Amino acid sequence: MRTTDTSKMTFSRVSPGEGLKKALKMTPEEIIDLITASGLKGRGGAGFPTDLKWKLAAAVKDDLKYVVCNADEGEPGTFKDRVILTDFADLMFDGMTIGARAIGACKGIIYLRGEYAYLRSFLKGKLAERRNDGLLGKNVLGIAGFDFDVEIRMGAGAYICGEETALIESLEGQRGEPRNRPPFPVNTGFMGHPTIVNNVETFTWVPCIVTKGAKWFFDIGTERSTGLKMFSVSGDCGKHGVFEFPMGITIQELLEKVDGTGAKAVQAGGASGRCIPACSFGRTIAFEDVPTGGSIIVIGPDRDMLKVAENFMEFFLDESCGQCTPCREGNAKLLEGIKLLQQGRCSMKYLRELCKLGETMQLASKCGLGQSSPNAFLSIVTKFKDEIMGRTETAL
Amino acid sequence: MSIELNKNTSRSPLSQRIQPMGIPGLEITDKLVTVTIDDKEVTVPSGTTILEVAKQIGIRIPTLCYHEDLCVAGVCRICVVEVEGQRTLQTACAYPVTEPITVRTHTRKVRQARRHILDLMLSKHYGECYACFRNNNCELQALAKEYGVDFFRFGHPEKPRFKVDRSSHSLVRDMDKCILCRRCIRTCIDLQEVGVLEVDKRSDQSKVITFGDKPLGEVVCINCGQCINRCPTGALRANDPTEEVWAAIDDPTKHVVIQTAPSPRAGIGECFGLEPGHPLTFELNTALRECGFDKIFDTNFSADLTIIEEGTELLLRLHKALVEKKAVALPQFTSCSPGWVKYLEHFYPEYIPNLSSAKSPQQMFGAVIKTYYAQLNKIDPKDIVTVALMPCSAKKFECNRPEMCDSGWKDVDYGLTTREMAQMISEAGIDLPAMPKSDFDDPFGTATGSGVIFGATGGVMEAALRTVIELVCGIKVEDLFEHADIIPVRGFEGIRFLELPIKKVGPVPDLLKNLIPDWKWLEGATLKVAAAHGTANAKLVMEDIKAGGRCSECHFIEFMACPGGCLGGGGQPIPTSPSIRAARAKAIYSEDASYEIRKSHENPAVVKLYTEFLTDGPCGHISHKLLHTGYTPRGKYIV
Ligand SMILES: Cc1cc2nc3c(=O)[nH]c(=O)nc-3n(C[C@H](O)[C@H](O)[C@H](O)COP(=O)(O)O)c2cc1C
Ligand code: SF4
Ligand code: SF4
Ligand code: SF4
Ligand code: SF4
Ligand code: FES
Repeated sequence: MRTTDTSKMTFSRVSPGEGLKKALKMTPEEIIDLITASGLKGRGGAGFPTDLKWKLAAAVKDDLKYVVCNADEGEPGTFKDRVILTDFADLMFDGMTIGARAIGACKGIIYLRGEYAYLRSFLKGKLAERRNDGLLGKNVLGIAGFDFDVEIRMGAGAYICGEETALIESLEGQRGEPRNRPPFPVNTGFMGHPTIVNNVETFTWVPCIVTKGAKWFFDIGTERSTGLKMFSVSGDCGKHGVFEFPMGITIQELLEKVDGTGAKAVQAGGASGRCIPACSFGRTIAFEDVPTGGSIIVIGPDRDMLKVAENFMEFFLDESCGQCTPCREGNAKLLEGIKLLQQGRCSMKYLRELCKLGETMQLASKCGLGQSSPNAFLSIVTKFKDEIMGRTETAL
Repeated sequence: MSIELNKNTSRSPLSQRIQPMGIPGLEITDKLVTVTIDDKEVTVPSGTTILEVAKQIGIRIPTLCYHEDLCVAGVCRICVVEVEGQRTLQTACAYPVTEPITVRTHTRKVRQARRHILDLMLSKHYGECYACFRNNNCELQALAKEYGVDFFRFGHPEKPRFKVDRSSHSLVRDMDKCILCRRCIRTCIDLQEVGVLEVDKRSDQSKVITFGDKPLGEVVCINCGQCINRCPTGALRANDPTEEVWAAIDDPTKHVVIQTAPSPRAGIGECFGLEPGHPLTFELNTALRECGFDKIFDTNFSADLTIIEEGTELLLRLHKALVEKKAVALPQFTSCSPGWVKYLEHFYPEYIPNLSSAKSPQQMFGAVIKTYYAQLNKIDPKDIVTVALMPCSAKKFECNRPEMCDSGWKDVDYGLTTREMAQMISEAGIDLPAMPKSDFDDPFGTATGSGVIFGATGGVMEAALRTVIELVCGIKVEDLFEHADIIPVRGFEGIRFLELPIKKVGPVPDLLKNLIPDWKWLEGATLKVAAAHGTANAKLVMEDIKAGGRCSECHFIEFMACPGGCLGGGGQPIPTSPSIRAARAKAIYSEDASYEIRKSHENPAVVKLYTEFLTDGPCGHISHKLLHTGYTPRGKYIV
């Protein structure tokens, strides 16, 4: 059952435009200081401090800077950005405009997931309305010299294009492949200009923080993971859908709210996230403990963990851009290993080698995909030893 | 409006472009930073990569996708190192140091990652080292040894996945040996700006393909072979005719003649373990005789011939434009680099009239051997096999052009690369550097320094100028340029210009008397020339001409498809790098300086050829039939 009721969410209680108006009365430095005080960290998964990203981009001198909204939402089990774009698009645009003000950008781009093409005309309409209302275009809200407009660009259906540098390559019309870093997009981004790439949700929290104050946000959650967070919940639980919870919530509490108690495990953070066994349900969802971009997949007691791992590995094998060796070849080897385990043909020795390979992939891959693709495999092998070891060659 | 000549017009992704200092946005600055690598401390300019720092202090970090000539890709990940404070390992080739850091290059994690990366590559690498032309000169093989690979921990393919592509006259692609380092792609799209190669598909299905995955022989590949020189493995190689050449040598009815070009002679020592920059011209003559070639000639002879023909053609074009006031295509472009010729045919077919109709030295020689030489020695041309030792893979395509049969036979039967020649010599059990020296054979033995410098970018221009100055001005080149070294056209700068005012003119020499009555019309004129190397620079020149810029005012432009000119050709020893090419260039210029005769028009063999055989002179009927050719507009999408 899908139970997404957005009416009680914080986003419903903040009126669009209010935060923007307030923010545009502030200097760019004051805006960034406010974000610093709120402790807001990126909602796209990596949890990079938003104020720091903006500060870095603001510091670079360039007439042309870009604000990019990452609406590629490709992580399996994630659909919160779609809900935000549908119900709170104006708040999100407010957030992008505040970001533009903070870093001195005049161009905005929404990189919209290919599958969300149906939202395109709706969003275009919103943008037209905003231009009419003076919220976009020349001298936004009458502020002389602050020009900002947003265009929509469609993704091409590749998960990797959600990675910010691959996203930029894709915007430039190239194959969506991550770049070397440094230089970072804040310095050399779209067409070589300073660019901030933020998640849909990150932008949407910004006007809320401006409206309700940094302290309001900072006081929610843990010290290092402040504020509220949107979660996309799916899998073996009673309530599916998008939920708003405070950061720092324990997995157990979260499961209670979605009727998912009794689960055997929770995959937090989508395919690239980690698999948390029931014995660790006391752990918290927070950047310093169990991080997630919002995806919570509940795994019921009857699931075969090897099958779960197989699903995730199949996903990565499809989605790796194939640029770097550890990820390109490593995912295939891990999947092969799972198949060998399923057939009872994987030796303990080889399994250990595969775990080491997983470590190599985490350490030596070029981007977040390869660095996190072994996570599910490794956490399942280590946390569900009984289920896995029993299937090695020697055990049979 | 003229275009900015140093501008990067590359069509490659920003992340894959040649950056002056490696990494875009983080160019090397004056700021100094301290780096500690394996407990050794060193201070370097901010922006230097870890790899460069390590090199400076003698610490070896393995690389595969990195190449000195190319932009940084950071894809193989073999160069990973541990940087203190970083969660993941970092690639030394792609990490610019901008603040003090501590680096460790061989920790457990690093060693494990490198082993895994090699094992992963080998798990897809189908090929046997003993049956591979890169055996003992392969970066993958060398690293497998260096990292002690003693078994295939992630398996090894038992059968090929791809078909070997032999469709090109010049290159062979065996993608089963490809490790996806993408050096070829970056070479083709970024260094050469041709853009034949790209990556297709994703993940473990990704592979390097030509446009539309067509056979290489059917795409816009210009056969420059620069990708071969930069491939770390045996996945790319030249189309090797050594079997056929041996068969011709073994056939007693065949008279096998070989011409050797200056660049292979300057480079071949590298295949025998010598440092770059040791020419083995005369040792090679002895070795080739040992191998069984019947006659050994110097391509410099036909290089000199080319200068006479091409120089005369230029003077005739200028006469037509300035005196006869007729429409004529200027600037005249050189045509001796077959990679460049094919590039023009594909990308700028509307400029074909600008190409000199003179054949390249290789092809002129072939035509002369199967006519003049055959008559002189009373050998039936059908029994003559002409082989050309060239630094070039495009020469293989050139000698197979259907129009290159003006002697009535295939003018040049086989083009051999420097690498293939070295292979034949070693197969014959000959230690080339230890060979005694011996001379070329008559009648084409005497050469000039002008022919030698054809091997370096700017060389054709310099040789042409030496001749044109003397023929037109009636003075010695030495009066204008010390030792007749025309320094402004030398060097490795992408595009070089020279303007030469013709202050006074001399009498028309006998050779040209029936073509042009006097030089009066050239008095006071300024001859403007340029030289460009690498097709990326050629593209800049062509775009500038189209835009009516400085290049469009030139009278004569030398183009070489390969960076550095022929000495950096696609058939030269592997590896290549700016310093290796500089060493080869030095060898070539020092050889030039050692010649007594250094001007093409003074070459006695050439003079004799015009008196005895090409009796109606340069650009006359006989020469037009044998030594000149035409071109094929190809366009971007046709073969
Ligand atoms: C493989 C991969 C896929 C990603 N996909 C997305 C995505 O779909 N949406 C998103 O917002 N961030 C995604 N990210 C994270 C982005 O790279 C980037 O960190 C994020 O957009 C930054 O925004 P934030 O700081 O607001 O979270 C992905 C990262 C990786 C490595
Ligand atoms: S880690 Fe995977 S997705 Fe990322 S660059 Fe490497 S191959 Fe591409
Ligand atoms: S490419 Fe290298 S490793 Fe592969 S077969 Fe040839 S020599 Fe051996
Ligand atoms: S030979 Fe030259 S043009 Fe052809 S693929 Fe290689 S680099 Fe490109
Ligand atoms: S063909 Fe050679 S250069 Fe090209 S990607 Fe493969 S291994 Fe690298
Ligand atoms: S050499 Fe550095 S990543 Fe390939």
